[in-house]
Amino acid sequence: MSGILTYALHYGSEINKNSTGAISEAARLATEIGGEAHAVVVGEDVSDELCQSIGAYGASKVYRARAPEGLAQPVVDVMAKLISDRGYSYALFGGGLLGFEIGAGLTARLSAGVTMEVTDVKAVDGKLVAVRPILQDSSVVDSGYVGEPGIIIGRLNAFEADGSQDGGSTEVEDVEVELSEWSTKATMVARGEQRGADVNIEDADVLVAGGRGLGRADGFAELCEPLAEALGGAVAATRAVVDAGWYSYSAQIGQTGKTVAPKLYLAAGISGAIQHKVGMQGAENIVAINKDPNAPIFEFSDLGVVGDLNKIMPKLTEAVRARRGG
Amino acid sequence: MKICVLVKQVPDAAVEKRVNESTGRLDRSGEKNLNPFDTHAIEAAMQVKEGGKADVEEIVAVTMGPDNAQRALHKAVSLGADRSIQLTDDALAGSDVCATGYALAKVLEAEAPDLVLLGQQSDDGECYTIGAVVADHLKMPSLTQVIKMDVGDGSLRCERQAEYGYDTVDIALPAVISVGDAINEPRYPSLKAIMGAKKKQLDRKAIADAGIEPDRVGAEGSRTSVEAINPPPPKQAGEIIEDEDTNETVEKIVAWLDERKLLA
Repeated sequence: MSGILTYALHYGSEINKNSTGAISEAARLATEIGGEAHAVVVGEDVSDELCQSIGAYGASKVYRARAPEGLAQPVVDVMAKLISDRGYSYALFGGGLLGFEIGAGLTARLSAGVTMEVTDVKAVDGKLVAVRPILQDSSVVDSGYVGEPGIIIGRLNAFEADGSQDGGSTEVEDVEVELSEWSTKATMVARGEQRGADVNIEDADVLVAGGRGLGRADGFAELCEPLAEALGGAVAATRAVVDAGWYSYSAQIGQTGKTVAPKLYLAAGISGAIQHKVGMQGAENIVAINKDPNAPIFEFSDLGVVGDLNKIMPKLTEAVRARRGG
Repeated sequence: MKICVLVKQVPDAAVEKRVNESTGRLDRSGEKNLNPFDTHAIEAAMQVKEGGKADVEEIVAVTMGPDNAQRALHKAVSLGADRSIQLTDDALAGSDVCATGYALAKVLEAEAPDLVLLGQQSDDGECYTIGAVVADHLKMPSLTQVIKMDVGDGSLRCERQAEYGYDTVDIALPAVISVGDAINEPRYPSLKAIMGAKKKQLDRKAIADAGIEPDRVGAEGSRTSVEAINPPPPKQAGEIIEDEDTNETVEKIVAWLDERKLLA
């Protein structure tokens, strides 16, 4: 059977948006290659309801396995056994950290080909071809697989979720899998801890985002916040500065943070790594200020300003205030 | 305790990266730098060594790459590694993630480290994945994108950012940990360390020395195949302003925003 197996990451009573996207993509591709899309949920206590809800995205069967949540290696054990026993041709993952880890683990366990940061998947003669941008998106590679299974790890937001299917007939099957010894050697002590103040950036029309180029934590209060206020917007941040403790986790854009699509995104001191780009490329207008003329962000900004943000931002704040009469 | 640090030589960030059209592989002719993410892994190893909670006997830098990849190892040694191993063999050319992870795991297996550290990604290619591939071959627990690592008794307490916030995970040694760049600020090598780097032990291994099965590596042993390389979809280049007179620059930005009705 040319089936596709996907992993559905959940937290509390919700399935992750990138997972539902992957399931919808798998369902679409399975139709084209003549198979079915099935999903795996792994957790200590996963409800029937949560499993059933996956059906709406196109999975005709959902496997439920009891194992620790939020860690990759137990999921590798579960998926490797299902793929070996039941013969899936592909495993597909939505963007995000666990998908990368699980996909990589399966690669080793099953001697399987893997592609990551995949933005599109095509069905060609009953086989899947993964489309993957490389080298800071300067080239796009079509990658095929030698043998089965093929592992496909999507880029963040690459696959759109379609929850409109009638999931009523979705079968939920409990599977028991013995975990590998090494999969039991990691223990979750605390999961999903929020750090810093809770801010809402997803509803803002204007975002002023700060990166490492600000040079210091105070750059947010001194440069980004006044400009955001003048523009009537909110402040966002890159992962690098959030991890460094300069700004709140809830304001983080990108791979493990939030995805935004404001009318205006003003990037201050942000180089524009792919992990950041995937979280904000949907913005209508992108303005970037950076002192490095070679910063990748200038390749996808609509207006790029090469210069010192310490000089430009205060004057820009003043000018915007004057213009908006604030 | 023995720590192995996986490192990689990557194209210098300032050099334009290219794909060789005829082979479909990255043109590595211009490469000359240690992957910047790997310097954080070496620094993490040094901090374990200097932290006093574990007795680190040795830090070994390990790389797989062509002849000139020795430069990355010299850099790694100048940053604190005690010795280094280079896996190099023509048979490895064209290896994909599956093949590369297998080959590196074979080298590590022979070293039997208590901890394997690596950077969370390479500047040029296999994002995020090698650590988890190597870990499964070695039958070790692993965690990627770790930004804080405290040594306990036979274990590590690690923190990282995952999908829903920060996770804290305890992991028993031996383990494979890939570190994020927020974990530390790598030190600069001293002049003495740079000068001395070439004198430290560097073992070169061919695949036969590492017990690597030839049919599992290289382009032939890879499980993915490049079908086509295309340019990215065209995107209209944005306008660029070089800031020479800041008042003028600000005027231009305001006019640009105004034109798009963003200052209403």
